[in-house]
Amino acid sequence: MSQYFLNAQGLTKSFPASDGGEPLTVFDNINFGVNEGEFVCIIGHSGCGKSTILNILAGLDQATDGVVLMENKEVSGPSLDRGVVFQNYSLLPWISTLKNITFAVKSRHPSWTKQQVLDHSMKYIEMVGLKGAEQRKPSQLSGGMRQRVSIARAFAIEPKLLLLDEPFGALDALTRGMIQEELIKIWSQSTQTVFMITHDVDEAILLSDRILLMTNGPYAQIAESVVIDIPRPRNRTDIIHHPHYYTIRNHIVEFLVKRSKELANPETRTVEAPSVSGLRYPPEVNPATGSVQENMYPLTGKEDAA
Amino acid sequence: MQNLHVRSALLSLVILTLFLGIWEFANQPPEAKEALTEYEMLMGGSEPQARVPNPSEIGKLAIEELSQPFYDKGPNDKGIGLQLLYSLKRVLSGYLLAALVAIPVGFLIGMSPLMHKALDPFIQVLKPISPLAWMPLALFILKDSEISSVFVIFICSIWPMLINTAFGVSSVKKDYINVARTHELGSLRTAFLVILPAAAPTILTGMRISIGIAWLVIVAAEMLVGGTGIGYYVWNEWNNLDLTAVVFSILMIGVVGMVLDLLLARATKLVQYVE
Repeated sequence: MSQYFLNAQGLTKSFPASDGGEPLTVFDNINFGVNEGEFVCIIGHSGCGKSTILNILAGLDQATDGVVLMENKEVSGPSLDRGVVFQNYSLLPWISTLKNITFAVKSRHPSWTKQQVLDHSMKYIEMVGLKGAEQRKPSQLSGGMRQRVSIARAFAIEPKLLLLDEPFGALDALTRGMIQEELIKIWSQSTQTVFMITHDVDEAILLSDRILLMTNGPYAQIAESVVIDIPRPRNRTDIIHHPHYYTIRNHIVEFLVKRSKELANPETRTVEAPSVSGLRYPPEVNPATGSVQENMYPLTGKEDAA
Repeated sequence: MQNLHVRSALLSLVILTLFLGIWEFANQPPEAKEALTEYEMLMGGSEPQARVPNPSEIGKLAIEELSQPFYDKGPNDKGIGLQLLYSLKRVLSGYLLAALVAIPVGFLIGMSPLMHKALDPFIQVLKPISPLAWMPLALFILKDSEISSVFVIFICSIWPMLINTAFGVSSVKKDYINVARTHELGSLRTAFLVILPAAAPTILTGMRISIGIAWLVIVAAEMLVGGTGIGYYVWNEWNNLDLTAVVFSILMIGVVGMVLDLLLARATKLVQYVE
């Protein structure tokens, strides 16, 4: 039994080589946990298997080895308990915005009346600011609006766990910023547990309680779990003035630029205890056990200025 | 581009006029060089050789036929509308039966790689067979020329629908399937809510190809089995040496074929979606 709401244990994914040679192992022995109500982001370079991990959590893909437990029950297939927002929105293009949401709500609550389904769906359409556009087809919406519909659909089914696969990856920077703030707003009104993939360090810091850093594949690992201790509510303009912001940011960027490569080297690779050497801030949480390690170099005022 | 429409219509009209004009004037009967013999008088003129009829003669016949398309004066003299209706009835029954079989089977093939692999050899062998080659066997087994011609339509229109349905279903984007899976849609709801609408444009394209082929084949089938229908009509008029009626019915076959295609094109547009 683990204390985590969601627990990934020893996840491994390998693909058989096409020429019958050694199979390609994308990631190996991935362990992490997510607490209830927590917002966790995962960052890593392309090809490290982030999307595969998310699909395994969703139940859409199967791990070669290892299990995912949600509320101590094994995840064996897709479920309405785990809502997914895909990068390409995945709205059904032949039905209207409203119907894209009502079909999901109907699936969640088969016993509801038409009116109940409609009211519930409209509530979430309003929440993402799309009232008035509900009769439009997805093709008549901009990319940002489509992603809002997708987010509304995911929140409308009130899943226990929300999985976001680079939800803002295809949006321009301005739209992205707006929707990020909307997401925080919606999330803070709920008690939703969120697991999100992103490539954007600023986005991750803005949104997350904790960021998992992955080394490069093959044999990718979760090397660190960085706790973001910047108090909420956060917004894009104020967060960069917080004294910890750039320390955290620099730490993550340094990881992505330098150490994600070094740690991917089979010689220096570690499995159980992620490397803590060189980690200055913030506290390290061992993703496997959840135990918090003390900072090696606590933050000083000097670093704030830097 | 209103302008383009007008200009293209004008150009079509010019081409048609030129074509009909050249046909009309290059195809005049030769001048009588000497006085008609008694026999020629009896036969109504001197024409040593049969000619392809002129547009004006065809037009005259067309007006005559179309003014009373549904008359019925016995097996050898029925209105063109009636004959077309006979053919349409056969085409539609064969075609709808084919759709009833092809779409569910296509679904199955598209959904299951196993069924695809298992059924593919049969389809590949049966598909290239000329539908008329089935006629003797159909006549022998079914013992009815009417049902046999419906069967021939069935067998020729099944393949495009089957193949397009299978292709459409198997190439539904994985994202849509994942949406269905994450929302725990049952297999029936997935089929009707996600796969069918996603594959509908491809399926309708197959249906459009099929109706075209069915209309091509019915003429030949009716020439073989005889009795009624536009194919029989063409062949009957040929036996009567009434080339004017032959050309007229060729035109009518074209017009009806075009209307069928337009209807299916309209239906395809209804299910089209923009991603």
